[in-house]
Amino acid sequence: MTAVLEVEGLKTHFFTRAGVVKAVDGVDFSVAKGEVMGLVGESGSGKSITGFSILGLIDPPGRIVEGAIRFNGEDIAGASEERLKTLRGNRIAMIFQDPMMTLNPVLRIDTQMIEAILAHEKVDKREAWERSRDALGLVGIPSPEERLQAYPHQLSGGMRQRVAIATAFLNRPDLIIADEPTTALDVTIQAQIIHEAQKLTRQTGTAMIWITHDLAVVAGLADRISVMYAGRIVEQGETDLVIDHPLHPYTVGLLGSVPSANKRGERLYQIEGMTPNMLDLPEGCAFAPRCRWATDACTPPPGVQTVDGRQIRCVHPRREGVTA
Amino acid sequence: MSAFVIRRLLQAFLVMALMSVIVFFGVNVIGDPVYMLVSPDADQAELEAAIARLGLDRPIWEQYLLFLQGALRGDLGNSFIFGEPALKLIFHHMPATLELAFSALFLSVVIGIPLGLYAGLYPDNPISKGIMAGSILGFSLPTFWVGLMLIMVFAVELGWLPSTGRGDTATFLGIESSLFTADGLSHLFLPALNLALLKISLAVRLTRAGVREAMGQDYVKFARAKGLSTRRIIFVHVLKNIMIPVVTVMGLEFGSLIGFSVVTETIFAWPGMGKLLIDAILQLDRPVVVAYLMIIVLFFVIINLIVDILYSILDPRVRLQDQGA
Repeated sequence: MTAVLEVEGLKTHFFTRAGVVKAVDGVDFSVAKGEVMGLVGESGSGKSITGFSILGLIDPPGRIVEGAIRFNGEDIAGASEERLKTLRGNRIAMIFQDPMMTLNPVLRIDTQMIEAILAHEKVDKREAWERSRDALGLVGIPSPEERLQAYPHQLSGGMRQRVAIATAFLNRPDLIIADEPTTALDVTIQAQIIHEAQKLTRQTGTAMIWITHDLAVVAGLADRISVMYAGRIVEQGETDLVIDHPLHPYTVGLLGSVPSANKRGERLYQIEGMTPNMLDLPEGCAFAPRCRWATDACTPPPGVQTVDGRQIRCVHPRREGVTA
Repeated sequence: MSAFVIRRLLQAFLVMALMSVIVFFGVNVIGDPVYMLVSPDADQAELEAAIARLGLDRPIWEQYLLFLQGALRGDLGNSFIFGEPALKLIFHHMPATLELAFSALFLSVVIGIPLGLYAGLYPDNPISKGIMAGSILGFSLPTFWVGLMLIMVFAVELGWLPSTGRGDTATFLGIESSLFTADGLSHLFLPALNLALLKISLAVRLTRAGVREAMGQDYVKFARAKGLSTRRIIFVHVLKNIMIPVVTVMGLEFGSLIGFSVVTETIFAWPGMGKLLIDAILQLDRPVVVAYLMIIVLFFVIINLIVDILYSILDPRVRLQDQGA
């Protein structure tokens, strides 16, 4: 499989008055054509910033300080704004977390979809309208002609997220970055949206990065999972391997804290401590202060090693499995 | 929609009725206009004749009922000074004031919104900081002082523009206005600018705040992620959203523009309603004062209605509903 996107040593830092926030600090991964990669992490782990970095949508005081983002072989990490504009929404599309906020409240759905086509292609409005209508049909919106004339407030949250997904697929992009697209929706709608997204990636061969804090969501959706902690990917591998036999203590903790039926009545496991202050990260492994297996060996930042078909950043991989 | 308008008209009628009470009784407790009208050496008989002629010998509630009776037929009484119907006097002076107010509104929109947009898009730029500092001056400098300074600089020192008066007018599409002659425009510019200064500052601040807020919204980020041009994002996505508060406030301020024109008209000797009002107050010409105030109330009511309707056009979430749901 050829890689649509290869990210290498990506560092995105924010230069604030209080100091440098290393939101993304050396991230490597690649996504192949048609592949769904789950990017999992807590709030503030840098997963959304990774997504925005790929699109070149990092605003000051933040900027990409290092690393390569190769999209179809072309490094777009330092590409001009003009070049990025031709890619955004065209070859790389993005879906956001809150469907209530992503659609412009004062513009009709047709306006907002047609403009996404016209920004990249010289087609007449009629054709753009027809493509928008078909895209809405594809994501399971009934009577798309009427919906096109609606304003966002006339649609439910689930409907709006479908509109956002349809908009992302309009120009048949090679890659879609979905930033927690189901977090703001209730569970039944979540399942439908995941299903639609999965179906569309299969049909179109679009690669997808699905950013979430919810392991349960990506477990059934992603081909591969990357777990992020404090700006770094700490474990990366096939979904089944990562879910069934997590190696990094953080992944072990995350999986242990997912409620499930066979742990009924027990107290839910919780990772000790708090997410680190991004302005003042520990010197070595950022997870060490919360890790029960941490030793002095954790103080120099652990490099990436390949264990059991996975890349992990840990000197004490948990081979023996979940003991949480 | 039509039920909405009808309800608003009923409300408007109520407001007008209440205002007429307040205005009529308020004006009737200040001063005695009779002494302004008869010669100082008039005797008691002449004085009483004058009082009876003006209808001031009747009890005040009866005067009010007579006024109300006339008002329902569109007659707000005759001016004590000119002997003409007060409404006729006001309508005669109204075009000059409207011309001034509209020009000021136009200036505040075409100057204020672009400046506010610039200041909102580049908040750290020194030019933006200059614009914001200027808007504070616009807010805090008193209108009469700025008017005098404008006359000093542009009329007296530089001699570019005339200092007072309305200039030539011409008739176009049945409207007689100084907007259609070069001389008229040159007379109009300074007073319109003076009147607009406060509203320009208001437009700058409103627009800047709106832009700053909108630029951080997800829909702007989503629009950028769609690969739209910056121009489209600013002029369609951002501007359409911030027009909602701007139109509301600027629309409502149009009423105060007419009200504030009293000061500007006095300084620039602009022959409008404001000047008429000041003269009427000084001469205790009660019917003119009452008629002026009633007309201003009517203006405010109409402007409010127009703003509500405009609002519903700009913001699809606001649809004027028959039930206040």
